[in-house]
Amino acid sequence: MTVKTPIYLDYSATTPVDKRVAEVMIPYLTEMYGNPASRSHSFGWEADDAVENAREQVAALVNCDPKEIVWTSGATESDNLAIKGAANFYSGKGKHIITVQTEHKAVMDPFRELERQGFEATYLEPETNGLVTLEKFKAAIRPDTILASVMLVNNEIGVIQDISGIGAICREHGIIFHVDAAQATGKVEIDLEKLPVDLMSFSAHKTYGPKGIGALYVRRKPRVRLEAQMHGGGHERGMRSGTLATHQIVGMGEAFRIAKEEMELENARIRRLRDRLLAGLKDIEEVYVNGDLKQRVPHNLNISFNYVEGESLIMAVKDIAVSSGSACTSASLEPSYVLRALGRSDELAHSSIRFSIGRYTTEEEIDYTIALMKSKITKLRELSPLWEMYKEGIDISKVEWAAH
Amino acid sequence: MAYSDKVLDHYENPRNVGSLDKADTHVGTGMVGAPACGDVMKLQIRVNDDGVIEDAKFKTYGCGSAIASSSLVTEWLKGKSLDQAMTIKNSDIAEELALPPVKIHCSVLAEDAIKAAIADLKQKQAA
Amino acid sequence: MAAYFDHNATTPLDPRVLQAMLPYMQQATNASSRHSFGRHARQAVESAREQVALAVGAHPTQVLFTSGGTEADNLAIQGLAAALKPSPALNQIVVSAVEHPAVMKTAQMLRRQGWQLRVAAVDANGLLDMDDFRIALQTPTALISVMLANNETGVIQDVATLAGLAKSQKIPFHTDAVQCLGKMALDFASLNAGGVQAMSLSAHKIGGPQGMGALVFDKRLDIRPLQYGGGQEKGLRGGSENVAAIVGFGAACELLGLDKQGSANTGSDSAENINELRVTLEAGIHALGGVIFGEHGPRLNNTSFFAFPEVDGETLVMALDRANFAVASGSACSSDSTDPSPVLLAMGVDAKLAQGAVRVSLGKGNSMQEVLEFLQVLQGQLVRMKQFMAMAA
Repeated sequence: MTVKTPIYLDYSATTPVDKRVAEVMIPYLTEMYGNPASRSHSFGWEADDAVENAREQVAALVNCDPKEIVWTSGATESDNLAIKGAANFYSGKGKHIITVQTEHKAVMDPFRELERQGFEATYLEPETNGLVTLEKFKAAIRPDTILASVMLVNNEIGVIQDISGIGAICREHGIIFHVDAAQATGKVEIDLEKLPVDLMSFSAHKTYGPKGIGALYVRRKPRVRLEAQMHGGGHERGMRSGTLATHQIVGMGEAFRIAKEEMELENARIRRLRDRLLAGLKDIEEVYVNGDLKQRVPHNLNISFNYVEGESLIMAVKDIAVSSGSACTSASLEPSYVLRALGRSDELAHSSIRFSIGRYTTEEEIDYTIALMKSKITKLRELSPLWEMYKEGIDISKVEWAAH
Repeated sequence: MAYSDKVLDHYENPRNVGSLDKADTHVGTGMVGAPACGDVMKLQIRVNDDGVIEDAKFKTYGCGSAIASSSLVTEWLKGKSLDQAMTIKNSDIAEELALPPVKIHCSVLAEDAIKAAIADLKQKQAA
Repeated sequence: MAAYFDHNATTPLDPRVLQAMLPYMQQATNASSRHSFGRHARQAVESAREQVALAVGAHPTQVLFTSGGTEADNLAIQGLAAALKPSPALNQIVVSAVEHPAVMKTAQMLRRQGWQLRVAAVDANGLLDMDDFRIALQTPTALISVMLANNETGVIQDVATLAGLAKSQKIPFHTDAVQCLGKMALDFASLNAGGVQAMSLSAHKIGGPQGMGALVFDKRLDIRPLQYGGGQEKGLRGGSENVAAIVGFGAACELLGLDKQGSANTGSDSAENINELRVTLEAGIHALGGVIFGEHGPRLNNTSFFAFPEVDGETLVMALDRANFAVASGSACSSDSTDPSPVLLAMGVDAKLAQGAVRVSLGKGNSMQEVLEFLQVLQGQLVRMKQFMAMAA
């Protein structure tokens, strides 16, 4: 087998930039370098045209009006702008905000900040499959609820929430509804004409575009208002000031254009690879798939290997680039809060691996990965006192562990 | 996270992996840590009648540094008296393996495992 | 002939910067991932941080990457204000009257949160009025932001003296140095010793990519994040690092040093050269009856902001564009509006004259020939426009 290692299976952390995307970006770095806000010369106009063309490309993928797209420096900024911006603007109407325990940190942390500012937040617990039920969502609503934020596709377990259902409930109750769709573009169909969503965050670098660029969809009909978080030259109709990075915007536009064109074929191919990976791994003893397998993007497989510690597992599989938990929390040693919210034990949360498959993944790479996982899991279990106890029939959950 | 060559070596080729007979009165077993914390170390020593450690085995559920720390102490323990073994400090382990600050707890765990194994042995032998 | 004379708005990317960025533009490089791809990206980010730090005399741990100068300004001002909260005993914020909108609008927004905003006056040369500044500081002040060099006029403030006054009262002092990097010596260590505690930078003003900047700051400052989530940049700026742009910023900073050394040997592309271009340019403008704003203050040597009495600036700029000279009318960020520049109004310039202001900002690659041709075109346009006006009158 001729497989080049390390094999990249971390497409949910970031994707390589598609060559076609890089190609359209470069002229905007070298020749057409104007500041799109410059209104006094052709360098500025040409940059501005490119920015507007990209805005149309992004809008086309998610079926909205280009005027509803606001450029940001990435999904984290989009989430911050949407959540803090809407909560602050509508704070006169109420103080209650709702989200889910499995949201990305870019949603969770602004929620915590809003709590410090005096808002009251409800963090919904998902079912063990990672999905939030409409009943549970409805039950959380209070008369003073002003904002809800629920992600479309989870970054760790890839499950797809019922945005349409939740959005309809929000409409009924006059609640502003934000959706983090950073992991969704090019993976699931998004039709903002039909979806009852007010604000939606996008990222370029999860969809083969460049890092450092994202967008926020802000609905115009009915109009949604935000308090700007970054002030200055009044760019993006005052919602987000700062010189627009033309080449990055052009890159995001092209990446989304490609996604629209190719997602159907690409997703079918990726699904075959994911199913092959799952088939290869599920025979290993004591493995657990995290998150619903049906309501899930085909790109993601998140599995816990019981009795094996996560970090040593990552070390053991250094020939494949994967994440244990989300990339953004990898600096900390906490078990994944997403898996804990699903009711997984700390041990299983620690020993989880997220495989995320993408545009350049091959069948050979998947087969190599299966073989590697099988041999490394065996080796680590030989080292594991927990595996030994399990094999001796000891119920590890009943053992009293000395704290250290 | 960048691991030192020594950590990598112990991780790739762990020394003295395995188990000794727990019931043996010459064997002391120390099990420290908790699965919820991400580390469990099982360290076993077998002493001869002179009280010298003649074998040491380990199994560790934990990160590379935890595996390396426990692997390293099994090497150090062999041939030592129990008193000598008690003098092994976590700082010695951390220094030998060049552990980064976030991994110092692995060396602490290894030291605790030694102490727990010796305590278990002494308790057994006193009984 | 076409000439780009709008370097204060943005600069062309240096081809060497592009070369440095290219590998990171196509790889999958999330600097927070722990696998080899991620570690490689992390190293690239950290070495760029060192390059930026070196260029501005800071320690790498003092450099925080942002999405640009605007975010750096917002982070400094909003972040400091959020850590303090206004109280009756301490609720004043001081900024100069000539700040970039990224500072001015942010300060104005804080007014809605209960802060008192004191805008310190400037004199006819665009320099801060020291007496007014001293009076302002008689009221207990929570933070001060005064730009180092102005984007429109190029006038350089005496930040050392201003910060010294702030320091004696232990007031946090931020300076927007976006226009200074690469155009004047910048040493954060000595600025910091003199009382400057935070400084904003931007990559695309020095041949680096757009969408990248930095806040350089004294770690003793209590700054709250603007953007939460993910814990990047030591928790002060959540969001996946824009690795390629960070690498580009680092490379552009390193080139500043290299080019300075190189030009000392060859005499090309040097600061002296740009100086000469501007001397010629401004002699020509004077000869044509133009007024140069901030001319008598210390100025960045690449910037010339001028107007001709009785000549409409917008029309002049359009005419210059048709002749392929890219210049600005006021600052790029507020080019959408046709109001006269607030900077000029603050300097006491007559609104009608200010309305006609044109900015030339020179940069790497501009030549004497371009300047001479520009003056020729300018002369021709002025003659034409005056004829039109005479006819209209």
